[in-house]
Amino acid sequence: MAGPSLMDSLFQRSLDDIIKGVRLCPPGTEPTFIAKSLDEIRREVKSTDRQTKAIALQKLTYLHCLHGVDMSWAAFHCVELSSSSAHSHKRIAYLAASLSFNPSTTDVILLLTHQLRKDLSSSSVHDVSLALSTLSSICNPDLSRDLTPELFTLLSSGKPFVRKKAIAAILRVFEQYPDAVRVCFKRVVENLESTDVGILSVVVGLFCELAVKEPRSYLPLAPEFYKILVDCRNNWILIKVLKIFAKLAPLEPRLGKRVVEPICEHMGRTGAKSLAFECMMTIVSSLSEYESAVKLAVGKVREFLLDDDPNLKYLGLQALTIVAQKHMWAVLENKELVVKALSDVDVNIKLEALRLVMSMVSEDNVMEICRILISHAQKSDPEFCNEILGYILFTCSRNFYEVICDFDWYVAFLGEVARIPHCQKGKEIETQLIDIGMRVKDARLELVDVARSLVIDPALLGNAFVHGVLAAAAWISGEYVALSRNPFELMEALLQPRTGLLTPSVRSVYIQSAFKVLIFCIWSYGKLNGDDASEPSALTESVSKCDLEGTSETVVCESLSDTEVDNENMIIAGGQTSSASSRKYRLTKESIMGLVNLVEANLGPLAGSDEVEIQERVSNVLGFIELMKPKLHGPLGDGEGDEMKGKLEASEMVKLMFDVFSEELGPVSLSAQEKVPLPDGLVLKENLSDLEAICGDVKFPSSTSFSLIQPRILEKDTSSFPECNEESGPSTESTSLLAEHRKRHGLYYLPSENKGTTFNDFPPAHEPQDKTIDEAEDLVKLTEESLTSKKKQNHIKPRPVVVKLDDGEGLNMAVEKSKVKTDLISGAVREVLLGNEPMTSSSRSKSSNKSSKRREVDRIPESGNDIVNTAISEGSIAGSGRRKHQTHSKERKHLSSGKEKEQHDHNDKQKRDSRHHKHKSRQRAEGGINVPVQSPVIPDFLL
Amino acid sequence: MNDQGKPRLIRFYEFQPVEKQQELVRSIYKILCSRAENVSNFVKVDSLFGPLVYKTFATLYFVFIFDNSENELAMLDLMQVFVETLDKCFSNVCELDVVFNFNKVHTILDEIILGGQVLETSSSEVVMAVEDISKLEKNSNSIIPSIPGWQGR
Repeated sequence: MAGPSLMDSLFQRSLDDIIKGVRLCPPGTEPTFIAKSLDEIRREVKSTDRQTKAIALQKLTYLHCLHGVDMSWAAFHCVELSSSSAHSHKRIAYLAASLSFNPSTTDVILLLTHQLRKDLSSSSVHDVSLALSTLSSICNPDLSRDLTPELFTLLSSGKPFVRKKAIAAILRVFEQYPDAVRVCFKRVVENLESTDVGILSVVVGLFCELAVKEPRSYLPLAPEFYKILVDCRNNWILIKVLKIFAKLAPLEPRLGKRVVEPICEHMGRTGAKSLAFECMMTIVSSLSEYESAVKLAVGKVREFLLDDDPNLKYLGLQALTIVAQKHMWAVLENKELVVKALSDVDVNIKLEALRLVMSMVSEDNVMEICRILISHAQKSDPEFCNEILGYILFTCSRNFYEVICDFDWYVAFLGEVARIPHCQKGKEIETQLIDIGMRVKDARLELVDVARSLVIDPALLGNAFVHGVLAAAAWISGEYVALSRNPFELMEALLQPRTGLLTPSVRSVYIQSAFKVLIFCIWSYGKLNGDDASEPSALTESVSKCDLEGTSETVVCESLSDTEVDNENMIIAGGQTSSASSRKYRLTKESIMGLVNLVEANLGPLAGSDEVEIQERVSNVLGFIELMKPKLHGPLGDGEGDEMKGKLEASEMVKLMFDVFSEELGPVSLSAQEKVPLPDGLVLKENLSDLEAICGDVKFPSSTSFSLIQPRILEKDTSSFPECNEESGPSTESTSLLAEHRKRHGLYYLPSENKGTTFNDFPPAHEPQDKTIDEAEDLVKLTEESLTSKKKQNHIKPRPVVVKLDDGEGLNMAVEKSKVKTDLISGAVREVLLGNEPMTSSSRSKSSNKSSKRREVDRIPESGNDIVNTAISEGSIAGSGRRKHQTHSKERKHLSSGKEKEQHDHNDKQKRDSRHHKHKSRQRAEGGINVPVQSPVIPDFLL
Repeated sequence: MNDQGKPRLIRFYEFQPVEKQQELVRSIYKILCSRAENVSNFVKVDSLFGPLVYKTFATLYFVFIFDNSENELAMLDLMQVFVETLDKCFSNVCELDVVFNFNKVHTILDEIILGGQVLETSSSEVVMAVEDISKLEKNSNSIIPSIPGWQGR
């Protein structure tokens, strides 16, 4: 080995050579060069010459760090080199170790224990600091356990340089090995009184890190922190102390009272923006109930917002977002600045401003805000534009369109949004349009209008982003065709040639909608014709009777209008008359025939489509036309006689079809299925193979939540068939065909818009409103948002009813999380701080340890100045489940009334002193102070 | 890292596999180079564990990622301290200094931050410590005959 080793030493390339080499590499050859260097390193690192080894390791570390070379194989060499007496070698070795060791998997870490111990006790401060920084990087539980004694010594080292590093390093040790807290915590706390700024800074930083994880344990140290807050003038330290108080104040109301003043003072006095910002954040996040302080802070926020520095602007907006949760006025006060920030060059600032703007939204200003935002969106780049739209859609639909009063406006607005060129939120708009259609009856008329303008616009068909919206629009047009002013025009739109650009799934929605429109037209024609001819035909009679009793859409409107305010009434009545009149004017035999021919001509070629969805629907439509056509031709034109029978058949068929489609869809709760009573004689587990004969070519959705849809059929007497009888009811050939249709279309009623809710039954929404809530009949309970609960007087129009389901519709199925497992560190901290006799789950065998802890416990009251150390009952400490009771003799200074906590003290003198206070405080505790009585009692401080 | 996205110094205070490190560096570079000048120095990135603050000095991006126990503006100050220290140690620091003094820059950083906690915020203190260490290294090296290498600065 000596030979090659010597050669390596003499001709070894240095790190500089490697760096230069990498830099000079022609592009693409870098990996080759690195691989070659690695080969060298592999050889050199085995060298017995420490210098050679060190340089090899140094090169390897460099390649690892900046070129991602694996160096886990060299872990042992790091350990080897770390024992070198030369500091430079040690440094290289430790750096390599801290950059490459994985604390949980590198097993040679244990071999480093001894060397670290030696270096931690070295006389050279730099050796010690090197070891400390390495320890903090590669710390694992074993290492922490083994080195705790050394750290304990270093925590009170006379050299500040070492001591502060030891304090910083101990955080990692605590995290890895919570038992170390029991040993070292006292010494750490002592450092809080250090006069050395460096040490103080680090120790406060340490407590800040600890308090962020579990603040409650550190409440007893509040007096020390308070002292620092008041006395210290170092911004770094103050920032950290503020962070600690931000965590502590919410836990202890009295604390907030004490600190709010000095914090405001700091905020007013300091010239440092960082400190001012921290004060601001502390106040708005943790002390928001102190109005005057919040006012001051908001004033400061405004300064930040007005500043030219984009950083301050950004941070100011962030602070404002936090204030907004509790003090909306703060945002409103700065409204113009926020809106201005929307057009900032900085994306971050824009987003932050957008978030703020959306938090301002309420019923009163939603229109205005949306208008402003939309105009912003149209000016912005596509990315931010969509960001804005996403926020708008989200906010407006929040909690069942809580902020929307004027749905007509909102629906029109959605239509507008869909037309914005960069809009990529089609999916969301689609969902909302359909959702509103089902939930908000009063918005349907406008919805149909919007849908019409969307469907009719041929330009939109080319934009893939709006296809979802178009699907929704088509569905709405078909579903609520009765509200449409001109079904013919609609049909043309649905069948326009450019629909070929649509995706198959959207196109099938179009075809299905066309089908609905067709049936509606024929039905209306039949009805009209029947009325005109004044034929007392039983069936046509029944149709109109059905109307009156509330099956069809149009009648719904009538029944609705009874209960609605005049204003509403007028609109609906208007819609009603207009659709009725259009029917009267246009529904001639020719127009119907024209319609049928149009459908046939357009859909005919599609019967051979490759897409099953399209093919399926087209065949349905064509099949229906096939049946209808001869009957339309014949009898309706001429007169009476034998053909009367055919006519009846036709109208019966039309009526049945119409009934199928006029069943209204409503939102269905996820648990609705459970509420369906099982009808007698229905065998749920029956083999469904007969069904396959009917629905052979229908693919069932694979979702497990699927259930059969059973549209109810309303008969003359408006009583529905028992569901199980449904199939056996109508027996003629045509009606069994219809049953098949019903099944198919039922299954595919909402192809993609389903969004997880299964429409397993329709709420009988055709019935008069008062019946809607009739629980006896309804399978689904519908609740109306109570109109009275909110003040709506200022609205011209009452907010339409939004159908909501009782059980929250999967809103917050927030399952109470099981209690978080005990934080071991804080458990230990509490023990030390609160002076409990240690006896817990964690195994502690050393009895000497125990006694030393006793000593610490006794000393605690002395160390905390001005502490009136009250007795402690620790029943509620999470996890450990122990309940302890310990009494201290304590010194009480300046005890003021009304401020003390409940005491479990048996000292006679104190009892006498505090008897009536105690009573008071108990009352207070019962009155709902957020510190439960059993929680660790916090010493009254600084009273 | 420099303005080409080449990392010059990477330090993590919680273990991350090398691949993850490289990926993070790439994603950060992508974000930073898309940002215009004169915009705020803070970026919130979901893929990171905390907010990010960056600053450009000549050809270099300095990037710190921190958690909520640090003050945003203080981090900017800390960055200033770091750069100041570099400047003092290398007198008029440039990218090449950082490139060729891998170990020394790490030493400097170690004096400022330990285990993710801010240790020292005064650049003169740091410079003193670093010079001390350099001396110590020279001495220890002079015992063993030194082969040309990394001490040549």
